[in-house]
Amino acid sequence: MQPTAPPDPQTAPPAEPVLLDRAGLQALLDALAARGFDVIGPTLRDGAIVYDRIARIEALPVGWTDRQDAGCYRLERRADAALFGYAVGPQSWKRFLHPPEELLWRARRTADGFAIEAEPPPPAPFAFIGVRACELHAIAIQDRVFLGGAHQDPGYAARRQGAFLVALNCGTAAGTCFCASMGTGPRAEAGFDIALTELIDVDRHDFLAVAGSDAGAALLAVLPTRPAGPEAAAAAEAVVAHTAASMGRQLDTVGLKELLQANPEHPRWDEVAARCLACANCTMVCPTCFCTSVADHTDLTGTEAERVKRWDSCFTADFSYIHGGSVRASGKSRYRQWMTHKLAHWIDQFGTSGCVGCGRCIAWCPVGIDITAEAAAIRATPGKGPHGNA
Amino acid sequence: MSARLAPSPADPMRPAPWRVRAVRRETADVATLALEPLEGGVPGFAPGQFNMIYAFGIGEVPVSLSGDPADPTRFVHTVRAVGAASAAIVAAAPGSVLGLRGPFGSAWPVDAAEGHDLLIVAGGLGLAPLRPAIYQVLAASERFGRIAVLYGGRGPAELLFRDELAAWGARADVTVAITVDHADPSWHGHVGVVPALIEHVGFDPANTVALLCGPEVMLRFTATTLRAAGVAAGRIFLSMERNMKCAIGLCGHCQFGADFVCKDGPVLPYDRIAARLAVREI
Repeated sequence: MQPTAPPDPQTAPPAEPVLLDRAGLQALLDALAARGFDVIGPTLRDGAIVYDRIARIEALPVGWTDRQDAGCYRLERRADAALFGYAVGPQSWKRFLHPPEELLWRARRTADGFAIEAEPPPPAPFAFIGVRACELHAIAIQDRVFLGGAHQDPGYAARRQGAFLVALNCGTAAGTCFCASMGTGPRAEAGFDIALTELIDVDRHDFLAVAGSDAGAALLAVLPTRPAGPEAAAAAEAVVAHTAASMGRQLDTVGLKELLQANPEHPRWDEVAARCLACANCTMVCPTCFCTSVADHTDLTGTEAERVKRWDSCFTADFSYIHGGSVRASGKSRYRQWMTHKLAHWIDQFGTSGCVGCGRCIAWCPVGIDITAEAAAIRATPGKGPHGNA
Repeated sequence: MSARLAPSPADPMRPAPWRVRAVRRETADVATLALEPLEGGVPGFAPGQFNMIYAFGIGEVPVSLSGDPADPTRFVHTVRAVGAASAAIVAAAPGSVLGLRGPFGSAWPVDAAEGHDLLIVAGGLGLAPLRPAIYQVLAASERFGRIAVLYGGRGPAELLFRDELAAWGARADVTVAITVDHADPSWHGHVGVVPALIEHVGFDPANTVALLCGPEVMLRFTATTLRAAGVAAGRIFLSMERNMKCAIGLCGHCQFGADFVCKDGPVLPYDRIAARLAVREI
């Protein structure tokens, strides 16, 4: 196997924060595009804030925010013209680094069996604008999944290694946010090239920028910036502190792995299964859920074949199908699998929780199932059975 | 696992072409295929490991190796036709080409079992993943204590490898016991479930290693019977089956508790999985 190294840990050079104004932020987008990056950032579409190609800062959701609760996501107008005045939407950067559908290979019948065609050239590297702290953690978690084991995902490695990450320290928390209790935000601590904090009030609209890598520092050096004094740095601190204090939810992670692994027969699984539709929304919006299936196709002549990888979900009946039936036939067993994997088994498998506290699974659940409430319910009445590593 | 056992391609999801050299029909829906690579050598494998086998344009399935690990010339697989891909593999004619990735997964602890009594317990198609271990053990039987192969099938017509079972049974260094769920007029042997065979063979529970492969319900009852007989949970090894798409721990399908059956298994020790094996639908 090819020892593909995980992306270089982005080393943090001594960072003197600088200030960009709106024109400076546009210059950042322009500079990334000029360097060949496919620049992706938040924009409005279909009544939500999604991630897509952006060239101009006017494409950002200027003056919009979101109101989120269990089973609820609504866009609302802000009183100001903030560019990043909202929390996370239904998509995550997973959509780009670990796309919903990916052609793995094409093959052609030959006189001697079949031959797999050469790989297509790699696409332009991504630059992500506005990556939240929880999302940086989610990317780091998928790095462990796809790059940290004996076998690596070559497609993910190629997309990940070229990516330029512009982080954003959150200026607002949604009702579904709980990164503060997961230790994953709202401040971007590491894993970015540049981190921004939006400073907006009646007197100014600036972005405090800190480099997190040599590449980030090199880019900042060519942008129209001005030094950020201690007052701006203090204002940025206050933004993050206010967001941290505004979390809509929290999850108590103390002993949670052991609690869930000891309670596969807890009656709460039946209770949540009575509400769960097994629709798989939570796994689609989750920035760390990584499961995929593959589909093999041929053309009508049967001479060309391809294999496509697609996102899959542990909530579907097919997911666990083996000859004779599905291992997890009931909705109860599928919800238990998802939540126990996310909050417990993940730690055994990858040395980290699979949850970053972004709250997407809560907002986008059509019946408003709340992972923080489900965990709290099991904690409130833990069972007795020693199921060990069940 | 040693580097010799690692799959060769840089992209572990790309199958390599292998030619079907020989096909043997085992039962109505089971065939054993001998495969040789179109390019390169045959990687080594350890008994208990599996390959992903691809039928062009149809699909790919995990199949345990069933041949002799000492044979460096081919991979041997025993496949039952249960779906589109496995049916295409079973129907593959000599000379045709299949795709192959592997070998993957954990192995039967054959070397670690030396010096112990050895119970090899198989149900149905579960004899196939155990056959490489049987070959390895019988090639050096003097290194083990008493050796027994216990095998159960639905009926006499569904039993695999009957010629070999007879040959092994004729040896002085191994006991072979076979049972069927449903006898026919030709059958004069045991009728009943596999765990019931355990009382028919001699072994020292305090010094026994057991290798189990078969349907999950058979694994559960066999492990329970062995535990009741006094065999240590850490010396009972089970080969688990789960849905697999990638075989390299990336697709998530084969999770069984915190283990990925493809890379942590398929062979797992009972003491590690006993609690979750008792939970339905885990």
